[in-house]
Amino acid sequence: MTKRSLSLRNPVFWVHAFFILFSLCFLIPFLLIIAISLTNEEEVLRGGYSLFPFPLDFTAYRVVFQNPEQIIDSYLVTTFQAAFGTIASVFIMSLCAYPLSRQSFRWRGPITFYIFFTMLFGGGLIPSYILITQYLNLGDTVWVYILPSLANAFHIIIFRTFFQGLPYAIIESAKMDGASEWRIYFQMILPLSKPVLATLGLLGVLARWNEWFTALIYIRSESLYTLQYLLQRILLEAEFIRQMASEAPTGIDFGVFTVPTETVRFALAIVAAGPLLVIFPFFQKYFARGLTIGSVKG
Amino acid sequence: MQTQETTRPIVSSKAKRSRTKRQFLRDNLVLLTLTLPALLYFLIFHYLPMFGIIMAFKDFKYHLGIFGSEWIGFKNFEFFFLSNDAWRITRNTVGYSVLFIGIGTSAAVTVALLLYEIKNRFALKYYQTTMIFPTFLSWVLVGYITYTLFNPSLGVLNQVLSFFGADRVDWYANPAYWPYILTAVNVWKTIGLSCIIYYAALMGIDSELYEAAKIDGANRWQQTKAISLPSLLPVITILTILAIGDVFRGDFGLFYQIPRDVGMLYPSTDIIDTYVFRGLRQGNLGMTAAVGLFQSFVGLVLILIVNSIVRKLRPENALF
Repeated sequence: MTKRSLSLRNPVFWVHAFFILFSLCFLIPFLLIIAISLTNEEEVLRGGYSLFPFPLDFTAYRVVFQNPEQIIDSYLVTTFQAAFGTIASVFIMSLCAYPLSRQSFRWRGPITFYIFFTMLFGGGLIPSYILITQYLNLGDTVWVYILPSLANAFHIIIFRTFFQGLPYAIIESAKMDGASEWRIYFQMILPLSKPVLATLGLLGVLARWNEWFTALIYIRSESLYTLQYLLQRILLEAEFIRQMASEAPTGIDFGVFTVPTETVRFALAIVAAGPLLVIFPFFQKYFARGLTIGSVKG
Repeated sequence: MQTQETTRPIVSSKAKRSRTKRQFLRDNLVLLTLTLPALLYFLIFHYLPMFGIIMAFKDFKYHLGIFGSEWIGFKNFEFFFLSNDAWRITRNTVGYSVLFIGIGTSAAVTVALLLYEIKNRFALKYYQTTMIFPTFLSWVLVGYITYTLFNPSLGVLNQVLSFFGADRVDWYANPAYWPYILTAVNVWKTIGLSCIIYYAALMGIDSELYEAAKIDGANRWQQTKAISLPSLLPVITILTILAIGDVFRGDFGLFYQIPRDVGMLYPSTDIIDTYVFRGLRQGNLGMTAAVGLFQSFVGLVLILIVNSIVRKLRPENALF
């Protein structure tokens, strides 16, 4: 392509201008949250949230790191359910998808329908809630994060489609050599399926890392909160504290004695969500692939 | 296998057939065991709750359980459909879905077409990465961001308004603003990903088409109108049709975390999913289960209709 200079006359210049502004819509919100967490509390209460943290103040982070117990608990719970949940789920889903990819499997049709039907119709939230809390007694345990989301019909179908693309001849020859189906699954199918395992595994980790809905519905103990649910409670409860403060009689100086709720809230958001937000974009390619097969079949 | 190898010459064809038959059955049983964990999972967590919908026809009481509670026929449905809530949450759910499909698709297609004009690889990568970032955020974190914008006393928007001498607005007290806010937030969160889908479709266009158009003297806009947009049409159609199958479902995270469950905003922010959640919280389980069943049932009908349309238009994209 011939090199064109970027002049005001060139429409590409305007396209770039548009995208530079457009990308600011996505960057500024993050910078804003970082800036607030680094601002002095009184300054925030006086002048409102600002992109410019003057004067720079690390009090909020000091408060966060002086009381780390809850954050550590939530990090542990989140990491455990994300890691264990994803591994168990990817294992069970791919294990199930392998027979469904085999032409010779006799009950392929009925089983595929049995799984697929759950995508079309469900009992809804209330019957699941009653089942999980009253009959399975999983409410307020760490297992409620893992068991009810162990498999996903759509992901099983993605696995099956991928397995169908594998060369059948090597499976056939392994069978000739007397390999059992389990062995074929572990020693041939899994190693050949790294791309789809990586994609669906990462999607699983992302969804579970961002988990707050299950906690909202089923979890009461603070020691079992996920990070996102902890953040949600903080966002609502710090506000509650502020409401109490503004309703209290005047003449009491809150400036020195109260915890700086506004800035601490944002510092917590950075500490809880920051590390993974830095890591995830590096896997952008896998996510994009996984999320797009999620929307267009095939 | 080994024994079969050695005995093959002596067995009669009939015995051989029954052996291969048995072998076939045994293979199938082994394959079946691989699917068992998943089958058990779907039985417990998906099929058992489907039977739980009988709750919708009962006056559910915790201490009596699902089976002990009294049958009341369609009373729960009657109560719901005669209330003001039924119209409000149905209108909101469907209205927002349609709004999101329309505005979300047009925005994503426009941005993808613009992105297609960018040839500088570094700039392209930068624009795409910033746009996709919200995909990785939970709705809780998006809630933090919107709160920094809309907080009535500290928020950025009110600072901007008072800077220009306008009156401050209490965003969380007036439902009229929320259709705009929710649509903007939803587009902000989803545009990066849908843009990637459309951009990928654009990348698949044969560049010779553009060369030929250029020779014929078509400018960039004419090329977009005559080549790019028509090439995107199949993807747009299929994604829109599939989205229509889901209009009866809303994104709970968006409608719960962004308006912060503020009661005053319910007229324009309450959807079926948030309504069901509140019903669960308030312990009104029988009626709420009825609402859930209403949603599931209409959802099923919509998907069946949509699928039959897709099967007519583009059979390869049909779900079943």
